[in-house]
Amino acid sequence: MPNFFTDNDDIRFLFDHLDLGELARVQERDFADARAGVGYAPVDEADALDNYRRILEITGDLAGRIIAPRAERVDAEGNTLNEDGTVTLHPLVADNLRRLAQADLMGFTLPRRYEGLNCPNLVYSMAIEIVSRADASLMNIFGLQGIAETINAFADEELKQEYLPRFARGEVTGAMVLTEPDAGSDLQAVRLRAVQDPDGRWYLRGVKRFITNGCGEVLLTLARSEADIADGRGLSLYLSERGPRIRVRHLEHKLGIHGSPTCELVYDDAPARLIGQRQRGLITYVMALMNGARVGIAAQSLGIAEAAYRLAREYAHSRKQFGGPIERLPAVAEMITDMKIQVEAARALTYETSRVCDLENNNTWVLECDPPEDKDELKVRKELARTLKRLNGLLTPMSKYYASEMCIRVADTALQVLGGSGYMTDYPAERYLRDARITTIYEGTSQLQIVAAVRGVCSGAFERRVAEFEELVYTDPDLAALREKLVEGRMQVLSAIAFVKSQAGDYLDLAGRRLVDAAAAVYIGHLLLQQAAGLRVSKVGGLGFPSGRAPGDAAPGPASGLSADQRAALRARKQRVARRFITTEMPQVRVNCELIAAGDRAPLEDFELLAGPLPAKE
Amino acid sequence: MSYHSVVCVKQVPDTAHITGEAMKADGTVNRAALPTIFNPEDLHALEVALEVRERFGGTVTALTMGPPKAADVLRDCLFRGADRAVLVTDRRAAASDTLATSYILSRAVRTLGSVDFVFCGRQAIDGDTAQVGPQLAEKLGFPQVTYLQQFIDLRDRTARLRRNVGNGWEIVDVRLPVLITVLDAAGEPRPPAARRVMQYKRARVRAELEAEVKAERPSAAGTELEAEVERRAEALRARGLMLEQWSLDDIRADPAWCGLAGSPTKVHRVQSIVLTKSGYTEIPPTEEGIRRLIRELVVDHTLG
Repeated sequence: MPNFFTDNDDIRFLFDHLDLGELARVQERDFADARAGVGYAPVDEADALDNYRRILEITGDLAGRIIAPRAERVDAEGNTLNEDGTVTLHPLVADNLRRLAQADLMGFTLPRRYEGLNCPNLVYSMAIEIVSRADASLMNIFGLQGIAETINAFADEELKQEYLPRFARGEVTGAMVLTEPDAGSDLQAVRLRAVQDPDGRWYLRGVKRFITNGCGEVLLTLARSEADIADGRGLSLYLSERGPRIRVRHLEHKLGIHGSPTCELVYDDAPARLIGQRQRGLITYVMALMNGARVGIAAQSLGIAEAAYRLAREYAHSRKQFGGPIERLPAVAEMITDMKIQVEAARALTYETSRVCDLENNNTWVLECDPPEDKDELKVRKELARTLKRLNGLLTPMSKYYASEMCIRVADTALQVLGGSGYMTDYPAERYLRDARITTIYEGTSQLQIVAAVRGVCSGAFERRVAEFEELVYTDPDLAALREKLVEGRMQVLSAIAFVKSQAGDYLDLAGRRLVDAAAAVYIGHLLLQQAAGLRVSKVGGLGFPSGRAPGDAAPGPASGLSADQRAALRARKQRVARRFITTEMPQVRVNCELIAAGDRAPLEDFELLAGPLPAKE
Repeated sequence: MSYHSVVCVKQVPDTAHITGEAMKADGTVNRAALPTIFNPEDLHALEVALEVRERFGGTVTALTMGPPKAADVLRDCLFRGADRAVLVTDRRAAASDTLATSYILSRAVRTLGSVDFVFCGRQAIDGDTAQVGPQLAEKLGFPQVTYLQQFIDLRDRTARLRRNVGNGWEIVDVRLPVLITVLDAAGEPRPPAARRVMQYKRARVRAELEAEVKAERPSAAGTELEAEVERRAEALRARGLMLEQWSLDDIRADPAWCGLAGSPTKVHRVQSIVLTKSGYTEIPPTEEGIRRLIRELVVDHTLG
C-alpha cells in the first residue's frame, strides 16, 4: 500500500535534519499539557517526534491509499450547485474529508483544549504537501485550517469554545471570504457592507466572488464596517454560519482543482459576529491569515510538483525509444534531474519558512499571553519578535513565489517528458499542470509576492540571515568550495540591491523579480549545503530561542524511521544535489544581477512603443 | 439501548509480502522473517462493530489470542476506537488448531459477561480456514451469520443483515446474541485516530512490561523484577493504559481442550514448493493463441 510519507525520502530526511525536537519544545511550552495530565500530550522531545511521525504516517496512508486513487474521478466530475443556493460536494470529496476527520487531522495546529493536535506549522506543511500530492484540490479544504487558526488567534473565548472543537472534529469546514468583483489583489477596495442594528447585532450585505470552499459551514468575511472610511482601515472581519441568508449563486468553471468548489456568494442581511476589534479586519487579521495561507500554497505546490516529478521519472524509465529508455537521452535526463532538484530546493525553502513561522507564532504567544517576568528574557523576546517578523516578511512571500513558480515549471516539464501521452487525459500529467496553474495566482499573485519579498531582500533581512549562514564552518573541501560560490553570489546580490536603491522608486518593482530570484537562489543554496553537511542555524538574528533546548541538553535521535545507512546515503546524495544546484544557479544569479545593474527601464519608459498599439475591438 | 460487541482479531504474518525466507527448511513457517499485520478482514469486522456502536450505542471490546506481541493489534483496535482490549495469552494455548482456538475464545467471551454481538473477520490470511468464527458460534450457542456484506438495521434486538451467498446475496433477520463473520465489502476500515494513537501508543499488557523490565535489567531476579513490573503496571493503570491479559485459568478453560493437546487436526504432509521455472511464455491474443493455451492447460491437468 503506498504511503505518501514513508515513500518520500526527502521529507523523511528533512524530518530528521530540521531538529523538530527543539521545535516541539517551543511548541509544547516545555511540555505543559502533559504535566497537566492531558493523556495524548507528549512528555518530552522524543515523544513529540514519535507523535509527529505517527501523524504523518496516518496522513501518508490516507493520501496514498484512499485519496490519490479517487483524484481522477473527482477532477472529471466536480461538485454540484443546487437550486436552493447550497453545494453538494462530490461524494468522494465528502468521504475524503470524513476520513481525514476520523483520523483527527482537521485540527492539526489547534491547541489541545479545543481538541486539536497542537502540531507545529512545519508538520502541518508536510501534511499539506502529502495530501496535495494525492489530490491538489482536496488541499483547498484540508489546507484551510488557518481559518480556525485565525479564530484561535483573534476571536474571543466564547467564539473559540463554540467553533474550534467543531473544526477539530471535522464537523465544519471554513472559508476565508475576501475577494469581490472589484476587489481582488487590492482588498482595500472591499465593498460588502456590515451594518449594526440598535441592539448591536451585525448583518452583512453584498456579493463575494471566487471564494474557495465558500459553501463551507463557517465563513470569515471581510466587510466594510465604517462606511465613511474608504481604505483598509474601514474593514472588519466577521464570522457567519452558513444559512438561508447566504446563498451560493454560482460555482466557477475552472481550469483545474475541480474538487475544490469556488463560489460566488450573496449575503442578504446575513447575521454575523465581529472577530476581535473593528477596523483591524484587513490590516491585522487578514494579513496574518494570508501569511499562513501563503505557506500553505507553497506546500500545496510541493505536493503537485512531487506527483508530477514521480510520474515523469517512472515514465522516462519505462518508455523505450531509439532502443532504450528515454531517461538515457541527455535532454530527458536533464529534465528529470532538474525537476527533482527543483522540488527539493523549494521544499528546503518552504520548510525553513514554516519553521520560522512556528518560532514567530510561539514567541508572539508568549509575549501576549505569558510574558516573562525576567527583564532580560523579555528584552530578548521582544528583539526576537522584531527579527522574526522581518525574516518572515521575506520568507513567506519568497517561498510562496518560488514554490508555486517551480510547481508550474515541474508540472509543465513532466507533461513534456510524457510527450503526446502527457497531452492526453490517459495520464494525470495534464491534470497536474492544470492544478498547478492556480498556485501562482491565488493567495496573492507571484507579482504581489515579489513586491512583498523584495522589501525583505532590500531591508537587510536577507543580508543578516545569509551572514548567519556564512558563519557555519564546512570541513568538507567540496562543500567549503561551494560555500565560496554562495558568498560570491551574496556579494553580487548586495551590489544589485545597492544599485536599485540608487534608482528612482519604481525601478525597485521592475527589478524585483530578478532580485528575488537571485536572493532565493543564494538562500536555498545555503539550505542545501546545510542539509548536505548536517548543519543547522538554530539562532535567529544571533538570538537563541528562550524556551528552546538548554545548551547541555541532548537532542533526541532521528525519528523519521530511516535507518542510519539510509540517512548517510541521503546525506551523501544531498551533497551532489547542492553542488548541482549551486553550479547551475550561481551563473543565473550573476546574469540577474548584471541585468539589474544595466538599469534598463524600457518596459516603463517605452511602454506604448514596445507593447504595441491596443488591439482594435472586433 | 446499549449493545456490547466483541471483535475477535488476529495478528498474522504478512503473507502478501512473502520473501524467500518465509519457510524454514523443515517446512514450518519462519515467523521471524515475516512482518506481522492486523488480519485484513478483522479490520472490517472492527469497522462494523464501531459503526454499530455509533448508530445504536454501546461498547466495543477487542479480543485476541496469541503471544504477548499480539498486543500490537489490540493497540491498533484502540487507535481506531475500541473501548476495551483483552489479550488471552498462555503457553498452554500454543499450537492450538481451530477447534482449540474457538474453545479458548468462547471461554474468553463468556468471561466478558453479557455480549450481544461477536464479530470476526471471515478468515485469517495465514490459515485461510474460515472455521474459527463458525466454531465459536457453536460453542457459544449463538446463531451465526457468515459472509456479512452490509449491516442494515437493528431494532427490537433483531439485526437485519445482508450476506453474500456466492452467486448473489440474501437478507436475513437474526435475534441477538449473534456471531457474524465479515467480508471486506462490509465497510472500509476507518483510519487510526491521531489523538487516540498518541494516547494509547503507551498501552501495554503485563507480559510486555515483564519483557521490557527483563531487557532493561537482565540481572534483576524474582521479587525485584516483580516489584518493578507492578510499579509500571500501576502507573499505566492510573492512566487507563493497562491492557487486560488473561491466562487459561482466568477464563476457566480446561487445558485438556487447549493447545496441542486439544487440537485433533493432524498435519498429513507439508510440501515446500520451490518455483524453479523462470521467464514466461508469450501467448498471442488471437483465437489460435488462446486455443493453444487451453490445450496446454488441459494436457498438464491445470484444467479439467
